[in-house]
Amino acid sequence: MEANNCCCGCVDEKAQKLQEIIEKYKNTKGALIPVLHEAQELYGYLPLSVQKKISEELDIPLTEIYGVVTFYTQFTLKPKGRYNIQLCMGTACYVKGAEKILEKLQEKLGIHVGDCTEDGKFSIEACRCIGACGLAPVMMINDEVYGRLTPDQIEGILDKYKDM
Amino acid sequence: MEMVNITIDNRKLQVPKDYTVLEAARYANIAIPTLCFLKDINEIGACRMCVVEIKGARSLQAACVYPVSEGLVINTKSPAVREARKVTLELILSNHDRKCLTCVRSRNCELQKLAEELNIKDIRFEGETYKLPLDNFSPSIVRDPNKCVLCRRCVSMCKNIQGVAAIDTNERGFKTIVSPAFNKSLNEVPCTMCGQCINVCPVGALREKDDTDKVWQALENPDLYVIAQTAPAVRVALGEEFGMPIGTRVTSNMIAALRRLGFNKVFDTDTAADLTIMEEGTELINRIKNGGKLPLITSCSPGWIKFCEHNYPEFLDNLSTCKSPHQMFGAVLKSYYAEKMGIDPAKIFVVSIMPCTAKKFEAQRPELSSTGYPDVDVVLTTRELARMIREAGIDFTNLPERYFDDPMGKGSGAGVIFGATGGVMEAALRTVAEILGGKPIDDDSLEYNEVRGVKGIKEASIKIGDFTLKAAVAHGLGNARRLLDRIKAGEAEYHFVEIMACPGGCVNGGGQPIQPSEVRSWIDLRRERAAAIYEEDRSLSIRKSHENPAVKMLYSEYFGEPGSHKAHELLHTHYTKRENYPENK
Repeated sequence: MEANNCCCGCVDEKAQKLQEIIEKYKNTKGALIPVLHEAQELYGYLPLSVQKKISEELDIPLTEIYGVVTFYTQFTLKPKGRYNIQLCMGTACYVKGAEKILEKLQEKLGIHVGDCTEDGKFSIEACRCIGACGLAPVMMINDEVYGRLTPDQIEGILDKYKDM
Repeated sequence: MEMVNITIDNRKLQVPKDYTVLEAARYANIAIPTLCFLKDINEIGACRMCVVEIKGARSLQAACVYPVSEGLVINTKSPAVREARKVTLELILSNHDRKCLTCVRSRNCELQKLAEELNIKDIRFEGETYKLPLDNFSPSIVRDPNKCVLCRRCVSMCKNIQGVAAIDTNERGFKTIVSPAFNKSLNEVPCTMCGQCINVCPVGALREKDDTDKVWQALENPDLYVIAQTAPAVRVALGEEFGMPIGTRVTSNMIAALRRLGFNKVFDTDTAADLTIMEEGTELINRIKNGGKLPLITSCSPGWIKFCEHNYPEFLDNLSTCKSPHQMFGAVLKSYYAEKMGIDPAKIFVVSIMPCTAKKFEAQRPELSSTGYPDVDVVLTTRELARMIREAGIDFTNLPERYFDDPMGKGSGAGVIFGATGGVMEAALRTVAEILGGKPIDDDSLEYNEVRGVKGIKEASIKIGDFTLKAAVAHGLGNARRLLDRIKAGEAEYHFVEIMACPGGCVNGGGQPIQPSEVRSWIDLRRERAAAIYEEDRSLSIRKSHENPAVKMLYSEYFGEPGSHKAHELLHTHYTKRENYPENK
């Protein structure tokens, strides 16, 4: 499985967990969305191999699943980096210059919003309000919150993760 | 039937209680424009072309899904209705790829017709348009998302009727697209190439891969001996392309037109259908007598074969090993016929005129080249043949009477009925009953009505001497799925099963003339075209495959007997399990 090609031994663990997720919902109506949610939590995204497995187990055509995944912005087909940057593009952050922050992030990492760096380290997501408008413009790297950002801070922040 | 009183455009009338407003209007001879509506296939009220005013309702309502009720007052052409329809249509047109002049569906396009009927003279909205890549990797079907109007008729056909679900609606908002999962090509997904999506597409977003150029080139090549063979379903539908009524038999016109196009010979695939019956009938008798794998399932429909390879690999051993008739024919033409006529098989170019898009895929299968050359070089659909006839300026409705060429132009009535659901079963029964029963059956008892008609799954128990043959017939892949699941679950047992990918069988194949929703919603094409098939059968003096002199000649001069080594070499094939969504590693 494409999603399980990790070399650290977590291969079967993830597949097994996916199986458990599917089993949990298998015989309930409307199983697809909760299964997709938990599968995405597990893998970080919903690649072909994961959707195929869900399709076979829930007996729902793959095309239908793909239709659901691409309909809701919450689901993603692209992997997230080890450090997922969520930049708030909500109203307050936006007027406080979130777009400039995004430009800087994209420039520094050489990727577009929604993408992941080739080494799998960083990904950028634009999100809606994260409830920290007082700190606008704000972003989160995994669970760490960075507020009152200015473009010239970005390089320093990213550097902290470079060696981790 | 319970009736209700309604008023429609100031006319009072009674209509059945279960009618929709659209049906009621039709009953009153009032035309309401539709686009996404296709009766029994897509009734979702999505496109809003059919809106009407209902007295007391807050907003305009979609006639195709609004049920009538006692006292309902409907206005189908108020200013508000006409304005709403026009704006809706203009918006649909605003991002439609409007290259009508070069569109394959020009003059047979439901969108074009609506624009004309609604008197659209100007498209006021110059919105964003998209330029998405064409999916033309499949040998059978071309998908052009730029022409798609998102009506979802193809999605419903593929998913609900055929049970294939190769395409669905993906993404959202302006980016909404009907496509296979993961933006794959139709060539990379479990599409069966049946082409039913093409037949329900109101516009040119789905079409067959056009192979007419290959045929024109072959016809111009003096080194090639170009042979046409025509399937039974083509002769009962080709006339529709030239304005003739549905169900008109045009066998003679078709042959005459093919001659004028310059084919060296025009043969009848029915000859090979009869050959199929000899081989498949023998296979059936052998499997019954020797405890072979049962039920034996027919293998004439390449859409069904691909479906089986993708979804029911456990049934691959049940499939008859017989090639489909046109492939058998190709192999015979490049072996026996080439030898007999002293023609180098490398120079024989076989063109199959078929009601089918899946046969384009089938002809490319590497295993179907038993002579060292592809059995069949090009497959043209009924529609493509019509295109060639028009391009050549042939006056199709006004041609002299012509017959198929000898010796491979003789088909029996049994071969003809291959074109309708239940036909292969009936043709086989005509032969098997005589062989197993040991005595000839007369003309009055060779029509097996229990396997005819448009019921999704038909079952029959046929007494042959002391033996009762249990048979089932399914048409449309959704029905095939239901039947196979029952067999798998042990809920049903048969000796012989016929499966056709297309609803109604080949007469309603994915390569047949396209009738718009306003026709096919109310007229059962399957029934009308099948009636012409059965008429053709009755008009022939030979109606059993084993009595076909061409078939007798083939066995006496070449194959020896059905199931012989040589027959297996040229007329039989094998199948492969196919993965549904192979992952590239």
